[in-house]
Amino acid sequence: MIPDAKIPAGPLAQKWQSHKARLRLVNPANRRKYHVIVVGSGLAGSAAAASLGELGYEVSCFCYQDSPRRAHSIAAQGGINAAKNYPNDGDSVRRLFLDTIKGGDYRAREANVHRLAELSVSIIDQCVAQGVPFAREYGGQLANRSFGGAQVSRTFYARGQTGQQLLLGAYSALSRQVGAGSVRMYPRHEMLDLVLVGGHAKGIVTRNLVTGEVRSWAADCVVLCTGGYGNVFYLSTNAQGCNVTATHRAHRRGALFANPCYTQIHPTCIPAHGDDQSKLTLMSESLRNDGRVWVPKDAADCGKDPASLPESARDYFLERKYPSYGNLAPRDIASRAAKEACDDGRGVGPSVDGRRLGVYLDFSASIARLGEPVIRERYGNLFDMYENITGENAYRRPMRIYPAVHYTMGGLWVDYNLQSNIPGLFVGGEANFSDHGANRLGASALMQGLADGYFVLPATVADYLAGVGLSGRPSGEGPEFRQALAETNDRVARLLAVGGKETPRSYHKRLGKIVWEQCGMARSKEGLTKAIADIRALREDFWRNVSVPGTGAGVTPALEHAGRVADFLEFGELMCRDALVREESCGGHFRVEHQDAGEARRDDAAFAHVAAWEWKGEGAEPVRHAEPLAYEEVQFSTRSYK
Amino acid sequence: MVKENSPAADHPATLRLRLRVWRQRPGQPGAFEEHELPAVPTSASFLEMMDLLNERLIREGKEPVAFDHDCREGICGMCSMTINGMPHGPLPGVTTCQLHMRNFRDGETITVEPWRARAFPVLRDLMVDRSGFDKVVQAGGFISVRTGSAPEANSIPVPKPVADEAMDAAECIGCGACVASCKNGSAMLFVGAKVTHLNLLPQGKPEAGRRAVAMVRAMDEAGFGNCTNYGECQAHCPKGITLDVIARLNRDYLAERVRAFFASTGKPRRGGD
Ligand SMILES: Cc1cc2nc3c(=O)[nH]c(=O)nc-3n(C[C@H](O)[C@H](O)[C@H](O)COP(=O)(O)OP(=O)(O)OC[C@H]3O[C@@H](n4cnc5c(N)ncnc54)[C@H](O)[C@@H]3O)c2cc1C
Ligand code: SF4
Ligand code: FES
Repeated sequence: MIPDAKIPAGPLAQKWQSHKARLRLVNPANRRKYHVIVVGSGLAGSAAAASLGELGYEVSCFCYQDSPRRAHSIAAQGGINAAKNYPNDGDSVRRLFLDTIKGGDYRAREANVHRLAELSVSIIDQCVAQGVPFAREYGGQLANRSFGGAQVSRTFYARGQTGQQLLLGAYSALSRQVGAGSVRMYPRHEMLDLVLVGGHAKGIVTRNLVTGEVRSWAADCVVLCTGGYGNVFYLSTNAQGCNVTATHRAHRRGALFANPCYTQIHPTCIPAHGDDQSKLTLMSESLRNDGRVWVPKDAADCGKDPASLPESARDYFLERKYPSYGNLAPRDIASRAAKEACDDGRGVGPSVDGRRLGVYLDFSASIARLGEPVIRERYGNLFDMYENITGENAYRRPMRIYPAVHYTMGGLWVDYNLQSNIPGLFVGGEANFSDHGANRLGASALMQGLADGYFVLPATVADYLAGVGLSGRPSGEGPEFRQALAETNDRVARLLAVGGKETPRSYHKRLGKIVWEQCGMARSKEGLTKAIADIRALREDFWRNVSVPGTGAGVTPALEHAGRVADFLEFGELMCRDALVREESCGGHFRVEHQDAGEARRDDAAFAHVAAWEWKGEGAEPVRHAEPLAYEEVQFSTRSYK
Repeated sequence: MVKENSPAADHPATLRLRLRVWRQRPGQPGAFEEHELPAVPTSASFLEMMDLLNERLIREGKEPVAFDHDCREGICGMCSMTINGMPHGPLPGVTTCQLHMRNFRDGETITVEPWRARAFPVLRDLMVDRSGFDKVVQAGGFISVRTGSAPEANSIPVPKPVADEAMDAAECIGCGACVASCKNGSAMLFVGAKVTHLNLLPQGKPEAGRRAVAMVRAMDEAGFGNCTNYGECQAHCPKGITLDVIARLNRDYLAERVRAFFASTGKPRRGGD
């Protein structure tokens, strides 16, 4: 029953332009009469809400933080890709397209990825015009650096705070519309359900996180830009509030969830230090431009001072295994190589639970070559952050890093218009599944979020609105709204009523351990089967023993966390199930049964498709649909970075 | 304290702490509540220490202490605790979430309060309402450019020193520590940072004067106080924003007021409007 992906006909390079020319428009005088709900104020949500507001639609934008400027896009460090070819090193839209398809291990849609590469160029123009202070050369031109999985320099950056500066750009555009009255902003509101009327998405249910009020909102369509679900792992580089609730609740209302098992483990994060840890901190991939990754050759050397080990005792394993990409091998590959070295007993740093989980990222060669001031200028804030967290000075001693969950390629299924299988429900940014296949290349999520928000959604949302016409908006008083509201109130009441002894966080931690161990960097049939059973047991236990103090009126942090964990406990099972059925290795999905001496082995004959899961009710088996990936221009080939 | 250049010990050291935490419900007066925490790992962050307290409260069926936080890596600007009287605590250049417990002493009593400022009313416990900042930005903290109408990016060269200075100011995370540390509750450091970022760049010049005036007006309307040059804001800003940005804001504000004054007198001016 997989719905049509609506890929436009015609040559790949012309699909978007010709499609855009065919999309229907809304007469400017009528735009004000359409109400669009945008949930999320990250790059995708802010850009979409600002652009739609500017076009003249009535927009309401929601986020759970106290200000839209705090969406987790703010934390992106390294940069944003664009095929500008300013360094004249051979880049082009086509090359960015090919790198992204290959980086995604041939599991992304050709047409979407090509559009992304085309739009990358306009994104940089837009951001510069907004005043995003990108790094510059002395001549005043924009500077670039290189990122993993590419042999050209196409990454634009603003020190180590690229996401912050891009989001502040989008936030300023959004604020301008709020000031002008075309967008209404609702911070500290969490979306808890989607409302369908006649099969179309026509509203949402939210809880006001200050007053506790649960209410519904009606609109002509709904755009979800609610970010990724990496927090299902408990420890990740995501912010504390990142959740799957918005997309999972839409899934329960009928939206297909695509490729939930595709998650990205980032190779360069600060290793975990202990049991009370609440999050992991990323050290930008850009560090791999100047840092060399190594572990001791001999496990007996792992406890020694790294400075005491001569070159001959060190194993620069990425340079050894992948000579042409070296330390800039893509993330999935670099992460697995680090895990392998640690599993081999050659990890470094303090041992946690009897194991040393860390590898060195060593800047001494770059510092010797370029001098400390240059390294400080490039990465000073990251080195400071590292010192704050670990108490160690990385100018003097190699950093210790270890892979951590960072990004989720899976998300709600969308067609070429970024519309889900539910008409009127659009999904942008990390919340959809569309552009990164089984592995995302560095600096391409910011690109995708802004492409979706500034350029794709404003055009495709208009096409939908023009199609349904002005009679499309329900009153908000109908039975569908009343029922969704009652169901949400009921669920809140149930959480408050369990009255157990265990904290929401303790369940979140236990769930995280299960999925990290069985659905993390290495997955097996046996492990995934066990994980599914364990998650079910944990879910039952949660609904018997969780403690959620408070009445739900007013600020109730335990309730917020409990609601999110309850959804992760349902979603985690789906993720494992997807990983179990996908009997191949591709990108970030590594099934130990399918490998050639540690390298992923894809099965294109059986799995060159998108898996899109349909919710069938609590306790019922979800149904898996397959959307075949038909490539017109790219040849499937084995990904090699050797 | 972990020695520089030595990896943290295999078994992290712990601290015994006494916490005095501000608890407050909307519309009611607040008060301090005291708690003992017998074993806080020195490797934990300040918020992870608060998690330890909250975990215990929840297990006991009591409501946890409400506080704002999200990224926990010093960039979203959401965390906001006054620790021992200092916004974001004793370490310069660090947000609450990036402050680690190795900076405290065994047996210490730590006092934790919300931001204290007239324009930031307490919502609950340690959470305050900072929406005044958003209002100030809505009044003028942007460059007016329509989506899709931007010129080719490299057609606007920006000298590196200018781009760097703009970036220094743009690093502001909107946390509000500057306001909380100021006796007058002034937001001049925050507003100055935004105005400096945008007004320095060629793209921001056309609206520079209007922006400064509109943002200052919105700041007054949102209930922030006046700047009388105490300089406490700079000392507590976790992102190193300096008083220079206030000087620039004052300059651009005055220049615009002068321009507007002459425009209103109808005196002929050179150049177009
Ligand atoms: C530490 C880190 C570093 C990164 N570095 C890079 C990089 O250098 N380059 C790159 O390209 N990518 C990077 N990424 C990835 C990239 O930052 C994200 O994928 C991207 O910013 C996501 O943007 P978004 O708009 O989809 O979602 P987000 O920015 O996560 O925004 C989600 C929004 O949805 C709202 N929301 C969520 N749930 C709800 C709900 N239930 N109800 C109401 N509102 C809700 C939130 O309030 C928020 O406003 C990084 C990611 C991390 C974590
Ligand atoms: S100027 Fe500094 S203290 Fe004030 S809001 Fe910005 S970052 Fe926070
Ligand atoms: S929680 Fe984001 S800055 Fe502290």
